[in-house]
Amino acid sequence: MSTDASARPTATDRLQRLLALVPYVVSRNAVGMAETAAAFGITEQELVDDLNMLWCVELRSPDPYCPIDLSYEGGEIVVSEAEAMDRPLRLGVDEACALLVGLRMLAELPSIGDGSALSRTIAKLEAAAGSAASPSAQVAVQVDHLTGASMTAQVTDALSQGRRVHISYYVPGRDEATERDVDPMRLLVVEGRSYLEGWCRSAGAVRLFRLDRMLALQILDVAAEVPAGAQPVDVDGGLFRPSPQDVLVQLELGPGGRWVAEYYPCEQVTELPDGWLGITLRTPDTQWVRRLALRLGEDGRVVSPPELAVRVRDDAGAALANYAGGPQLR
Amino acid sequence: MSRRKTERLLSLVVCLLSARRYLTAAQIRDAVPGYPDSFEAFKRMFERDKDELRELGIPLETGINPGSEEESGYRISRQAYELPEIRLEPDEAAVLGLAARVWRRAELAGAAEGALLKLRAAGIEAEDMSQPGIEPRLQTGEAAFGPLWEAVRDRRPVTFGYLAAGRSTPQQRKLEPWGVVNRRGRWYVVGLDRDRGEQRVFRLSRVFGKVAFTGPPGSVTVPPGTDVRGAVRAWDTGTPAPRACLLRIRAGAGHGLRRHALGSRPDPGHPGWELVEVSYTDTGWWSEHIASFGADVVVLEPTDLRDAVIGRLKGALA
Repeated sequence: MSTDASARPTATDRLQRLLALVPYVVSRNAVGMAETAAAFGITEQELVDDLNMLWCVELRSPDPYCPIDLSYEGGEIVVSEAEAMDRPLRLGVDEACALLVGLRMLAELPSIGDGSALSRTIAKLEAAAGSAASPSAQVAVQVDHLTGASMTAQVTDALSQGRRVHISYYVPGRDEATERDVDPMRLLVVEGRSYLEGWCRSAGAVRLFRLDRMLALQILDVAAEVPAGAQPVDVDGGLFRPSPQDVLVQLELGPGGRWVAEYYPCEQVTELPDGWLGITLRTPDTQWVRRLALRLGEDGRVVSPPELAVRVRDDAGAALANYAGGPQLR
Repeated sequence: MSRRKTERLLSLVVCLLSARRYLTAAQIRDAVPGYPDSFEAFKRMFERDKDELRELGIPLETGINPGSEEESGYRISRQAYELPEIRLEPDEAAVLGLAARVWRRAELAGAAEGALLKLRAAGIEAEDMSQPGIEPRLQTGEAAFGPLWEAVRDRRPVTFGYLAAGRSTPQQRKLEPWGVVNRRGRWYVVGLDRDRGEQRVFRLSRVFGKVAFTGPPGSVTVPPGTDVRGAVRAWDTGTPAPRACLLRIRAGAGHGLRRHALGSRPDPGHPGWELVEVSYTDTGWWSEHIASFGADVVVLEPTDLRDAVIGRLKGALA
């Protein structure tokens, strides 16, 4: 378990850990130092300090006594006296709800939603959390209803069987249907969308494929071979990280085009007069920006690069020419 | 400083947990090391300590021991403090680990970690690996998520600036929040709009500036049978009757439109083009979508859709 090291733990953070440490050991009778430190996300030195603090607790009245007795000789922790501290504290509302919302989100995924483990876990957790669980009913998560359950099921089948797949994949930026063989690595569900992460044999690289853009998928009678060096995408660092070599595109969006700033990862977003918005973003391929500009119409304009703005006007002119004679009809 | 405080709070919890009777403030000061000698200074510090323990969810009770003349005292009931017995099978522990990971780097990540810590302390081995090959995540990039979740959790009314779609200036809204919903990766809040006296849905990314509480905890009542999820679904989709349009699409292009096609045939009058019939619901959205295909797609029918596409394209030309 990794915890965020940037914030220094407060006295109450540490108190929570100390209160969990005693029951952690008690419920296991005896447990190794290294294992415990890892479970709590601390160093062994910090663990020794925690254990000493617990061992040193002394109540002075009516008679002085030390309520906690423990030892950690030979790298193994044993608690012999725990004085009313042998059970962890109840779950708080945020804690219970975080887990329950997460579990219910998993239940939305067809791949594990049919297993009974989820419903059993939800029932047990609700029982243990008691009233702390009830606000979780006020939070709902709906995953990707655009993806057919059958496509998700096929992808998870391929993953569990470790087989290569052949997919027809639609690339909207270029309005192309492409064919490729992919060795599946993981199913990612991020920002409400499902992706297959895999080794794309045409690109010779790790690629993400949106399930709702798969036109067809065939599980091949070939074992998936993901090269040892294939790096999984860092799901928590943002799926799409622009590279400094990408083209810097600057757009201005009218009130009807503001959604673009929510939809695409922008480097910069600036409020302009009259509800307009200025954004900059980086992209390796500007083809999709041309399509976006056509879609936006008067709700958006390309500021730079200037040659991109020219191409958008050319695209619009060519499209209008299809309508009874073209732009001169205005 | 912080270390001494941790030691004092720890001793205080142990003292109150093991007490069989309510302990008066004076008895607590005598038993717990680390409090100042002056009674006034002790009282101030003890008040702060009580608040901190309650914030951690430690159920600190006050009361008077039966048959005693003493002032009121404090204790922690073990029954109220302790996590009830919970045992999980390995497959259950695995999905629990996966569920906690859903929040990683999002608003409730700390809460999920804290919950796992307590469950581990109850003897559960929440496996981190679990379910190979599946990584679901929830994001809470919207700044309004934190305060609105608090408002829903604590049943407090709120007010916030909201920039509705197509408007250029935010409007102040007053809301009794009933629930938060994530749909297709975006967060929404559902509740009673106090000015309009009706249920309304708001997208969190359009909340402008700070969310302010306008009432105490517990002052919002969620009507029984409220379906927050259904409310967002209805708001998001709307369900006008589907219409059909006739498009001329260049052969080999317009895949994104053909996916919804009802039928397709070569256009005898235009070699290299096909006539494709597609059903759609929202003329505005559909015209934007068609415009994005540029010169590869022409709308033949109906006229309002054709005009909407031409309008879009003229806008892009300007």
